[in-house]
Amino acid sequence: MTTQAEQTSVQTAIVVEAPVERAFQVFTEDFDRIKPRDHNLLEVDIAESVFEPRAGGRVYDRGVDGSECQWARVIAYEPPERIVFTWDISPQWQLETDLSKASEVELRFIPEGDRRTRVELEHRHLDRHGSGWEGLREGVGGEQGWPLYLGRFAERVA
Amino acid sequence: MVTYEADAWTALGDPTRRAIFARLAERPRPVGELAHGLPVSRPAVSQHLRVLKEAGLVTDRSAGNRRIYRVDPDGLAALRTQLDRFWNEALANYKQLVEQSTEEDE
Repeated sequence: MTTQAEQTSVQTAIVVEAPVERAFQVFTEDFDRIKPRDHNLLEVDIAESVFEPRAGGRVYDRGVDGSECQWARVIAYEPPERIVFTWDISPQWQLETDLSKASEVELRFIPEGDRRTRVELEHRHLDRHGSGWEGLREGVGGEQGWPLYLGRFAERVA
Repeated sequence: MVTYEADAWTALGDPTRRAIFARLAERPRPVGELAHGLPVSRPAVSQHLRVLKEAGLVTDRSAGNRRIYRVDPDGLAALRTQLDRFWNEALANYKQLVEQSTEEDE
């Protein structure tokens, strides 16, 4: 049995062998090396991913040609406990132009001793990205909808 | 937590199931049509469809005496699968970095 909230979110967690302050600091300062590089909305390779460590900060990728793609906004920055940022990327991996359709990601850093921290991640309100599947309901055969996307997705899984 | 998205990921790990899924992504099809053109038996296709269905990737409906399969129009399951993978990769990178930098301090 899953609740509605579980169906519209993704949750994962990891335990790291480090004090909570460091665990928090590394996430924001080394975000460039954390974000999987193959997820790129720019037309060129990513030179750097930047996480601005403050509420109201931007999260963006900078391409090798200097172009930028901002794909998240920091909503809460509460060291060493919690970070919340928006996810302004549509199910088709394009920027959401309507920011009311953005979902959000929360990270919680929970000390489990002096040198151990549990990091919980919740990516929630995925249903806000509505149009991705509403469009599909209207016509599963639509070539630009989920079928194409899922087909590509299936090809990439190996 | 037992994750449904992890199941979706595993379901697509099999090349035959990927082929079936890719064909359903083109348009809804009955089992017989799916089996035709694939180097596996019809019962095997049915078995693969069951796995895809349990993973939330495809749905089916009756049409006369046939069952028509299609990619799950909800789409949410696929998005969750993808984001789940994205964040698990990110957190694995993160764990490596945190623990590496902690060791360097010692």
